[in-house]
Amino acid sequence: MLILHCPNCGVMADETELTAGGEAHIKRETVGSDDAAFEQYLFQRENPRGVHFERWRHTSGCGKWFHAARCTASLEVFGTYPAQTVEPPKEITDKITAKRPGWSWRSFS
Amino acid sequence: MSTRLQTKGRLVNRDRQISFSFNGKRLKAYEGDTLASALLANDQMLVGRSFKYHRPRGVVASGAEEPNALVNLGEGHRFEPNARATTTEVFDGLKAGSQNHFPSLEFDVGAINQHLSRFLPAGFYYKMFIHPRPLWKHVYEPFIRQSAGLGKAPDAETRDPDTYEYFHAHTDVLIIGGGVAGLTAALAAGRAGAQVILCEQTADWGGRAAVDGDEIDGMPVEEWIKNALQELESMKNITLRTRMMGAGVYDHGYVLCYERLTDHIGPSEGPRHRLWKVRAKQVVTATGAIERPLSFAGNDIPGVMLASAVRDYAINYGVSAGDRTVVVTNNDDAYRTAIAMLDAGLSVPAVIDVRATPDTPLIERVKSRGVRVMQGMAIAKVKGGKRVTGVSVCSQAGEGAVLEDIACDVVAMSGGWSPVVHLWSHCGGKLTWDEAGAFFRPDPTRAPLSFDGTPFVIAAGSANGEMDEGAVLADAYTMGQEAAKRVGATPKGAAPTAKDTAQAPLLPVWMMPQGASYKLRSKMWLDYQNDVKVSDVQLAAQEGYESVEHTKRYTTLGMATDQGKLSNINGLAILAQELNAPIPQVGTTTFRPPYTPISMGAIAGEAKGEIFQPLRRTPMHDWHEAHGVYWEPVGHWRRPYCYPQSGESHEDAVNREVVNTRENLGLLDASTLGKLIVKGPDAGKFLDMLYTNMMSTLKPGRCRYGLMCSENGFLMDDGVVARIDDDTFLCHTTSGGADHIHAHMEEWLQTEWWDWQVHVANVTEQYGQIAVVGPKARDVLQSLGGMDVSKEALSFMGWADGTLGGIPVRIFRISFSGELSYEIAVDAGRAQELWELLHANGQQFGVMPYGTEALHILRAEKGFIMIGDETDGTVIPQDLGLHWALSKKKADYLGKRAQQRTHMTDPDRWLLVGLETVDGSVIPDGAYATGEGTNANGQKVVQGRVTSTYYSANLKRGIAMGLVLNGPDRMGEQLTFLKTDGTAVHARIVDPVFYDKEGVKQDV
Repeated sequence: MLILHCPNCGVMADETELTAGGEAHIKRETVGSDDAAFEQYLFQRENPRGVHFERWRHTSGCGKWFHAARCTASLEVFGTYPAQTVEPPKEITDKITAKRPGWSWRSFS
Repeated sequence: MSTRLQTKGRLVNRDRQISFSFNGKRLKAYEGDTLASALLANDQMLVGRSFKYHRPRGVVASGAEEPNALVNLGEGHRFEPNARATTTEVFDGLKAGSQNHFPSLEFDVGAINQHLSRFLPAGFYYKMFIHPRPLWKHVYEPFIRQSAGLGKAPDAETRDPDTYEYFHAHTDVLIIGGGVAGLTAALAAGRAGAQVILCEQTADWGGRAAVDGDEIDGMPVEEWIKNALQELESMKNITLRTRMMGAGVYDHGYVLCYERLTDHIGPSEGPRHRLWKVRAKQVVTATGAIERPLSFAGNDIPGVMLASAVRDYAINYGVSAGDRTVVVTNNDDAYRTAIAMLDAGLSVPAVIDVRATPDTPLIERVKSRGVRVMQGMAIAKVKGGKRVTGVSVCSQAGEGAVLEDIACDVVAMSGGWSPVVHLWSHCGGKLTWDEAGAFFRPDPTRAPLSFDGTPFVIAAGSANGEMDEGAVLADAYTMGQEAAKRVGATPKGAAPTAKDTAQAPLLPVWMMPQGASYKLRSKMWLDYQNDVKVSDVQLAAQEGYESVEHTKRYTTLGMATDQGKLSNINGLAILAQELNAPIPQVGTTTFRPPYTPISMGAIAGEAKGEIFQPLRRTPMHDWHEAHGVYWEPVGHWRRPYCYPQSGESHEDAVNREVVNTRENLGLLDASTLGKLIVKGPDAGKFLDMLYTNMMSTLKPGRCRYGLMCSENGFLMDDGVVARIDDDTFLCHTTSGGADHIHAHMEEWLQTEWWDWQVHVANVTEQYGQIAVVGPKARDVLQSLGGMDVSKEALSFMGWADGTLGGIPVRIFRISFSGELSYEIAVDAGRAQELWELLHANGQQFGVMPYGTEALHILRAEKGFIMIGDETDGTVIPQDLGLHWALSKKKADYLGKRAQQRTHMTDPDRWLLVGLETVDGSVIPDGAYATGEGTNANGQKVVQGRVTSTYYSANLKRGIAMGLVLNGPDRMGEQLTFLKTDGTAVHARIVDPVFYDKEGVKQDV
C-alpha cells in the first residue's frame, strides 16, 4: 500500500486511488520501424531491483497520469513528476544520485 | 486437578457468576474470565486433540500464542471454528466445543495414529502417496481430505447474521500493544503533542507487568497503570482502544487493526468486528514477548504449561492449573511462577534448573521458602496420558538416565522469552540475534522504510528485546519520544522508572537432556498443533532440507493456525544444531500478516448482499421491472435479456421479439452504450489515431462506424461515431467498454500526444438511449410528431436534433439489426417518459420491447460482429473481413504497425465466415471444427471455431459465425464440429450475412 504524491492535484494518494501503468519513458515506435525496434517498444520492459521509473494514474482522484521514480527494493519514492515529459527532471535524478550513487536505468544515470 | 483458588484474581469479578457450556456440559465462570481460565477453573484440562496424532491437548499458554486450546464457538448461523480459548472472553450463555476428535474428546479413534508415529515421520505424505499414481485419485486423496483440516467449516447453508465494518484512520503515531511499554510510549508521544492511537488486543491495559509484581515509580504496577490511563484519557490527542489487535503492517505506514466489539458479550446489535485501515506516519510496536517452551519428552501432555501462563491464571483469574507444580527452566524469570504458586498456598515440589548458577535474589526467595532447587538437572520425561502425573528427573548433561521421579500435576516450563517481532517484520524490518537472551530482536538500523526512505516502525520495550522492567520503561519512553520527534513534535517529560531485579544469565537449552535418545526426541514436541517433534526437524535436516523455509514446509513446523508463535525459535535452533550452523545463519521463516487470524466478516466489512457490488440501472430500469423483464448482468449493468409473457419460456419470448422486430416494431433500451464526447481543435486528428478508419473527414450531421485497436493490433472496441460540429465528436462504445475506452483515450492524450488540444468527457449516464427498430419505426416517430424523420430529412447514417412528443431528442439513423432503425438519445431524466410514449403510441404498430438476446440474433442474422464474441483479444480486423474499415490513406493509427508483424499477416490466420448447419440445428457455442490427423500432443487437429451461434426465428434454422482456416476461400465446403457429448454436427461455410445481403431494409 504505497503512498505517492500526485504532482497534478497535490494529494498524497493511497495506492487504492491509483492505477499502475508500467514502465515510464517508453518511446513509441510505429509504422516504419523495424521488427526489433517495434518488439522493444511493445514487449521489452525493465524489471530492476532498485531504481525504477513508473507510470501511475490517479484514477480515483484527479484522473491524471504521472511518473514516479521509486526503489523497487526499499519502496522509497525519490519523486513524482507530470507525465508530459520524455525524461525525469534533473532534481529527481540528482536526488537518486545522492541516495543511490552509480545508479543507471536504461539511458538515464 | 485444576480449580478456582480462594485468592481473588485481578481480572475477574467474583461477584458476578455466569454460566457457559463446553461440549454440552453446563459450567460456571466469573465475569472477566477467558474461556481458558474458566475451563481450567472447572478442571477441564483436556481441551482438544492434535492435528496429526490426535494426542490429548491441554491449555499451554494464556494469550494469543496458544497452539492447543482451539475450540468451536456458537452454533447454527453463528458457528465458528478454531477460536483460541485463551483470547475468548466468556459471557453468559456462551457455547463452546472441542475439535478434531471422533467420537469424543475423551475417547478418540484417531489417536491410533500416535502409535503409528514411527511410520508417520516428516514428509510422510510426500513419500507415501506418490506411487502408484492411480491410487492418488481414488484412495489417497479422498482419505487425506477426510482427515485434513482443523476444526469444522461452518455449514454451507448458514449465513453469518452479524454485521462488520471498516474504519479509516490517519494518525501521527500508532502504538500497538497496551502493556506498560505501550502505555509508556503513548505517554511520551502524547505529552509531546503527537496524534496517537494506542491499541491493545486484550480487554485490559497493562499487559503482564502487574502479574510479575514489581513497582513502577515507587507504586504497585496496578496503581501506576491506573494513573497512566488517567493521564492518557485526559489528552485529546490520544485515542485508546482495547480488544483491538494490530494485525498487519504494510508499505508506507499502512496498518490493519482488528477490533472485536461484541465477541465478549455475545450476539448483539451493531457491528461485531471492525477492520481499521490506519495510515500512520510512525508505528510503534510495543507487542511484548512470548515465553518459549522447552523440548523434553512428553512436553505436550495436558498439564505442561508455560511458566508465565501458570502464574497468569493464578494471579489474573484466581485459577490454579494444579496442586503440585514442578517448574523447569533455563532462566530466572520462571522462579516467579514458583513464588506465585507458593503465594496461592500451593505446593512446588521442585524447581528444575538446567543451569548451575550462583543464587540471585529470585532464586534466593524461592529457596528461602523451602523449595528444592535442582541445578544442572533436566526432565527426562513427563509421565501421564490425558493429564500430567509426574516427571522423571535426569542430569541435563547426560542421555536421560532417570535419577528420580517427582509426582506433580503441573509442569511450568520456561525456555526464555522471544520478543514479538511479527509486526516489525511484516514490512521488511530485519532482525538481529541477541546472544545473551538467545532471541531475535529488531535491528533498528534496518527498519521498514516509508515513502521518503526514512524508517516508520519503531519497536519498544520487550518487543525491542528489553526484558527487565526498568529497561523496558526507559526504552519505551525513548521510543515514544523518537516517534513524536519524527512527526515533528517536541518530546517532554521523563520516563517512569522501575528497579531491575538482578538475574543470572539464561542458558540456551534447545533439548533436554542434551544427549537425548531418539525415543525421547520423538516425544519432544516443537509444534503442538501440527504435531512436529524434534525428531522430525532432525530428519528433515538429514534428508537435505537445509533452508529453514524448506524445513518448515517439509515438516509443517509453524504452519498451523498459531503460525509457530511458540515453536519457531525452538525449531530453528534444533535445525541449526543439526546443521552445525549458528542460529542467525539459519535465519527465521517469513513473518506474514495477520498476527493472529482475523474474521472473514471483518475483511468483507459491509460489502455483502446488495452492496457487494454497485448495480448500474438504466433510466428505464423500473419500467422493465414492471413489465416482467428477465435480467442479464452486463458488467455492473442489468440489461433486459427478454420480456417473457405469461406462460412463455425465455426461448419463446426471444423468438417472438426477433420476429416482431423484423415484421413490426421493436423497442430496445440501449442506454448502456458508452457515450464519449471528444472535443477540441485536434479532435479529428486524435480520432484518426484511435480508430482504424478515417474520422476527420466525417461531416457534421453524419455518423460512421469505427473500429478501435490496441497498440498490439487487436480489436478492442467498436461503435458509431457522430460528428456534432467541427470540433466535436460523439463516440459510441460497447456497453462494457465506456470506462476503459475513456481511460484509453485519456492515457494517449496525457502521455503521448499531450500537446494536442482535445478533451474527452464520458457522458454515458447523462443520456438514455432508445433504439426504435423495424419497418414501422418511422410510423411511430411520426405519430409522436415534432421533427421530420423522413428519409430525405434524416437519411441512413445521419443524425439530427429535435423533439419527439415535446421531448428534446437527438436521433441517430443507425442500425445494428439491419432494419429501419432510429437510435434516440434523450436526457436521462426524461428517458422513461419517452420510452412510455413510444410504447403507448407503438401499440397501433404492434410494438414490443426486445432484449439483449434478440439484439444478438438480429445482428448475427446480418453478419455484424460483436466485441467479445467474434473478438477475444487475439483477433485483428483483418480476421473479420473488415478491411473496408482500415484506412489506407492514414500514415498511422494505433495498431497499424502491429498489424504488419509476420504473425498478423500470416495467410493461415483463421478468418470469419458464416456457418449453416446441414440439419438446421444450432451448433454449440465455442465448438471447434476438426481437421485431419493429430498434433504433436496427440490432440485432434482443429481448423476453426464458432464465435456466435443462435437459432434464427426469422430463418427458422440455426445460424452461426466462426473463424475458419482459409474460410472465405472455402465457401460451400462442409465442416465437422464436435459437441461435448461426443457427437458431431455438420455445417457448410457460407457468407456471414444471412439476411438482406444488399442492405436495402435499413436504408429506406
